[in-house]
Amino acid sequence: MKSCLVVDDSKVIRKVARRILEELQFEIGEAVDGKDALDQCIAKMPDVVLLDWNMPVMNGLEFLVALRSQTGVKQPIVVFCTTENDMAHIRQAIEAGADEYIMKPFDREIIEAKFNQVGLL
Amino acid sequence: MRTEDFTFLAEALKQRSGLMLTADKVYLLESRLTPLARKRGLDTLDALIQKLRISRDEALWKDVTEAMTTNESFFFRDTTPFDLFRNHVLPGMLKARAATKRLRIWCAAASTGQEPYSLAIILKENAAKLAGWNVEIVGTDICTQVLEKARAGTYSQFEVQRGLPIQMLIKYFRQDGDVWRINDDIRSMVSYRPFNLLQSFAGMGTFDVIYCRNVLIYFDQPTKRDVLDRMRRVLGNDGALFLGAAETVLGITDAFRPVRGQRGLYVPSDGTSEQLMGL
Repeated sequence: MKSCLVVDDSKVIRKVARRILEELQFEIGEAVDGKDALDQCIAKMPDVVLLDWNMPVMNGLEFLVALRSQTGVKQPIVVFCTTENDMAHIRQAIEAGADEYIMKPFDREIIEAKFNQVGLL
Repeated sequence: MRTEDFTFLAEALKQRSGLMLTADKVYLLESRLTPLARKRGLDTLDALIQKLRISRDEALWKDVTEAMTTNESFFFRDTTPFDLFRNHVLPGMLKARAATKRLRIWCAAASTGQEPYSLAIILKENAAKLAGWNVEIVGTDICTQVLEKARAGTYSQFEVQRGLPIQMLIKYFRQDGDVWRINDDIRSMVSYRPFNLLQSFAGMGTFDVIYCRNVLIYFDQPTKRDVLDRMRRVLGNDGALFLGAAETVLGITDAFRPVRGQRGLYVPSDGTSEQLMGL
């Protein structure tokens, strides 16, 4: 079973994502902001991170940069999942090392399609 | 809906578009034609049916036919038919057509354009190998409304997230308010025209590759055979035919055979496609 860390400051979004991803046979962890996510990743690296952008303490992009600078670890696949839906943000995320990008609102089909594209399903 | 009304509509639709409606699809007729009745200023579906019975209003029949077609589509739908094109069909054609440098592809149920544009993107990514080639993608559909959308090449945020890798969105689309617009260099690779598959294919020319996915499922057996047999006659002997995941030629026609282990790909039974494509 592959593991997915869902990073979002919204409890509702985490719950929705968890339900979809559990149906797709992922083992789910949750983090409430980038700092929380980074701590959890350093303790145990997941296979994939589903990542919100705007969060308190440490935002998604800052988390991604910090994550990608970790050496000697198996880097997870990172899929952004955010309301930021303009080309500038998308480019910035991909340049920082994101593998895929989901623009909210999302549904099961979009998650499935994107996870398929990065070879997770 | 009365049985006689259902029979009347089902028979007319079959004759006009090949669409087969079984009795369990009454709900589909009701849910799709009731809004059309209202749009036409009629109070009920019954009133619409009465109008269809007494008048030869071709424009109204066209609207009915279009309302009953299913137009769901997304980019790189089912993945495999596009991987096979990229990795086998296109390399084969690059060899086989090296002298004429001509490649023609027909998307026979182009819908809102995602399928032909997905192929156009693959061709664009192989542009270096295709320099000096004359490549044509023809997108046809019975429904003129969907073709208008296909021509416009604009898609909602939801549509560009179903099947399109983010790198391709960055590379081949631009944002225009609420919509995502496919770049003109991709858009101009596809020409669209309304076409009913029950019509003669004379005038279509010949093709190297045909995509006819998720349309035969709506036809009865004789119509499926007829369409497939006529497609064989406009496809090169070394060509390729892609059908939808729920469709097959088996038990319908001997004109094509499935390629073993390559889901959705069919080749002329008497042809040479597999060698060419390394399958």
